[in-house]
Amino acid sequence: MILPMEKFTLNINDQKVSIECAPDTPLLWALRDQLGLTGTKYGCGIAVCGSCTVHLDGTAVRSCSLPISAINDKAITTIEGVGKDGLHPVQKAWIAENVPQCGFCQSGQIMSAIALLEQNGNPSDADIEQAMSGNICRCGTYIRIRSAIKNAAKNNV
Amino acid sequence: MKPNPSNNKLFKVSRRDFVKIGALGSTGLILGVPLGCKQDKNAFLTGREDAVFAPNVYITILGTGEVQLIAHRSEMGTGIRTSLPLVMADEMEADWTKVKIIQAVGDVKYGDQNTDGSYSVRMFYQPLRIAGATVKLMLMQAAAQEWQVDISECSAVNHEIVHSSGKSLGYGYLAEKAGALPIPEENEITLKDSKDFKFISKETVIYDLEDIVTGKAVYGLDVQIPDLKVAVIKRNPEAGAGIKSFNSDMATAIEGVSKVYKMESTAFPMGYNAPLGGIVVVANNTWTALKALDTVEVVWDKGINASYDSNAFMQQMQISVQKEGQVKRQQGSATKALKEAAKVIESDFLVPHLAHSPMETPCAVARYNADGTCEIWAPVQSPQWVRQAVAAALGIEESEVTINVTLLGSAFGRKSKPDFVVEAALISKEMNTPIKLLWTREDDIQHDFYHSNCAQHIKVGIDKNNKVTSWVHRTAFPSISGTASADAKGPSSDELCMGVLDMPFEIDNISCESLDAKAQIRIGWLRSVHNINHAFAIGSIVDQVAKAREMDPIDNMLDLLGSDRKIDFAAQVEGFNNYNVTLEEYPCDTHRLKQVIQLVKEKSGWGKSLPKGKGMGFAAHRSFLTYVACVVEVEVDDNNNIKIPMVHFAIDCGVPVNPDRIRAQFEGGAAFGASLALKSEINVKNGAVMEENFNNYLVARMEDAPINTAVHFVENEEKPTGVGEPPVPPFIPALCNAIFMATGKRITRLPIRL
Repeated sequence: MILPMEKFTLNINDQKVSIECAPDTPLLWALRDQLGLTGTKYGCGIAVCGSCTVHLDGTAVRSCSLPISAINDKAITTIEGVGKDGLHPVQKAWIAENVPQCGFCQSGQIMSAIALLEQNGNPSDADIEQAMSGNICRCGTYIRIRSAIKNAAKNNV
Repeated sequence: MKPNPSNNKLFKVSRRDFVKIGALGSTGLILGVPLGCKQDKNAFLTGREDAVFAPNVYITILGTGEVQLIAHRSEMGTGIRTSLPLVMADEMEADWTKVKIIQAVGDVKYGDQNTDGSYSVRMFYQPLRIAGATVKLMLMQAAAQEWQVDISECSAVNHEIVHSSGKSLGYGYLAEKAGALPIPEENEITLKDSKDFKFISKETVIYDLEDIVTGKAVYGLDVQIPDLKVAVIKRNPEAGAGIKSFNSDMATAIEGVSKVYKMESTAFPMGYNAPLGGIVVVANNTWTALKALDTVEVVWDKGINASYDSNAFMQQMQISVQKEGQVKRQQGSATKALKEAAKVIESDFLVPHLAHSPMETPCAVARYNADGTCEIWAPVQSPQWVRQAVAAALGIEESEVTINVTLLGSAFGRKSKPDFVVEAALISKEMNTPIKLLWTREDDIQHDFYHSNCAQHIKVGIDKNNKVTSWVHRTAFPSISGTASADAKGPSSDELCMGVLDMPFEIDNISCESLDAKAQIRIGWLRSVHNINHAFAIGSIVDQVAKAREMDPIDNMLDLLGSDRKIDFAAQVEGFNNYNVTLEEYPCDTHRLKQVIQLVKEKSGWGKSLPKGKGMGFAAHRSFLTYVACVVEVEVDDNNNIKIPMVHFAIDCGVPVNPDRIRAQFEGGAAFGASLALKSEINVKNGAVMEENFNNYLVARMEDAPINTAVHFVENEEKPTGVGEPPVPPFIPALCNAIFMATGKRITRLPIRL
């Protein structure tokens, strides 16, 4: 069904922004096409690869499948917004472990990892696998993602 | 791919060239390095056999001391955008913090830019060392002149030339003076002793690391230019088939939709450049374009492959390999030896079609300008090929096309093919506006250039003295060139040199054979290419042979490899292709293969006793001139869930230029192999791919991939060879052999279904 355009006010990375789009527009495309926040990536469009992961009130969500109309005043955080004063400790852990290869999925990986560590400061291997199982990395950086999460946990993120 | 020594001299770039590259704002030293080489790799694919280049890779030192190094290879995750510049920086004694890396546009002046085939480091390591060392010498000469001292009293230390008295001059200060000097002859150049390396063989993090973790790194779809519209395409499920009719009334009525139109299809085999054609929707944003495309009703035509069924095709191939094929390598009489054998071990091996599914789907930004020129921003592995293809499609000169290479969100061979960029360029011309073309994941998985599906049969004869006396290997698979030529009826000899004809065992009676199989869908090269299929079969049958001989698998392998020797395949195989270099330059040396095997045995704790449900498996394979041995540990639970707690690789890739990135390629290669072994499969029915997205084209997630991977290097000073593709082939049979040990189940078909 084709829906007419509407105006929405979103709270993104602690800033209020207004956009006009169809209410079923996935947050991913609003971020990328209309707000220039291209750190959040398209990978599958059906919430199975995790490349588009952002936070909604601190919870990891797949922005490719989250319609703008469902967000209301919830706080959206993207990769561009996680390091308020320089790099976020999880980003630092990613650098310390030299995680990325091509890097394309890493925004989504980092967003999932931050959400995990905010809920569970000392995740087990099984916790990590469960929390990260929705994020695909085709380069296969999983070993270092796991190490970086443990490294960040050790440093009390 | 042969560098041409006669062309391999340094030269100074004229001011005109300097201006032409347009990247530089102040005077300084600019040096071009002609890397003479004929682009003969995949020449049969690009049709560019005559393309001899006079290329240049540029080093520039600005007056500020900033060193600008051109990265002329595409970065798709291997770290090459860092690893080659660091070679230049090391020889020139540059301060890495003062190095700026500039990505080259697609232009023949940069030499071979086709980032493919694991040869970037192999081909450019030595020329780039010479380039760096030449710059250093010129800076030293400039300083010696300035101080009026003998050059022997000068040395280069961290971005400065230092005199024995202790005084020093910075590279920025010296740049202009050095630029006025004649270029030294190559025989005046001294390369560094390996013990003095600062970056080579040390740990250097990738140049783009911080941009990646902060989301600032720019991939294809991230490019923003003014007035962009978004295009998406609905393509016929059967590659090359056209459109009978379509109805776009609903789509065109949607606010924000600019146009819906038909792009012509090219009949199969359409090659690598031609768009598949289909219904194009152009809109002012992605979501509008996608929704509008959904409303378009299309009646598809049928093409010549409308009945292609990959399962039936596999059965035909499997039947075909039961009988003798075209013999491509022969020694002694395998038939006779098999008749006389005390035991014959034989098995079929089947591998399905596979999709590349790089994390970033194909995409491109194209701007066809009013003056008839065209500028492209896209994640491409071969920007010169793209430039040629775009120019041809638009009917303009290559010089009128600019290809800007973004970061690639992985590629695995998919982004070697120019088709998706040509689509974007054609749409931009049609619309007379800049276009961003998105391939959805469904487009990517259903319209790929697929890995060749393959059936093999191997027979090994063992005599009464427990000696292996015969080897028969038959393989059937559609050739990559079948995508471009209806005459390609089966494997080419180049393709057979990836794991069949280069079999390294010292066996008296050998017959390596191929059987025809015709491409009925676009076939392309996927990371490791046919080595995936052939190493799986050979690594698995060898494990069966070890069991039959009641030998330890590693002892069996060492015995099969036989004496230390450099194998003269060229004497046995007409037109033997050693990854486009000669066997003299890069021999297949059984001593080096045995060394990696011994090393992996030592490091992996091979032979330790394991409880029920656990297993260790071994395989070794040389591909892309790199020697790799692999031991995989598995745990298989009562529900047949497979876990891979540990993988050991021992490798000989010559001098390890950037060891951390080499380890990363092996860690990732094992995960990639885990996808292929455990998860991935493309099935085709009625000419259409059945899988759609990552919900049913499955790839390894964290819980499927190895938990740990250790990489052990054979230390030597051999010429460096590639590491992007060599990890994958031996991993898969090592995993299958480990599963056999854990469960007693022999895997002969991928993906593994216990």
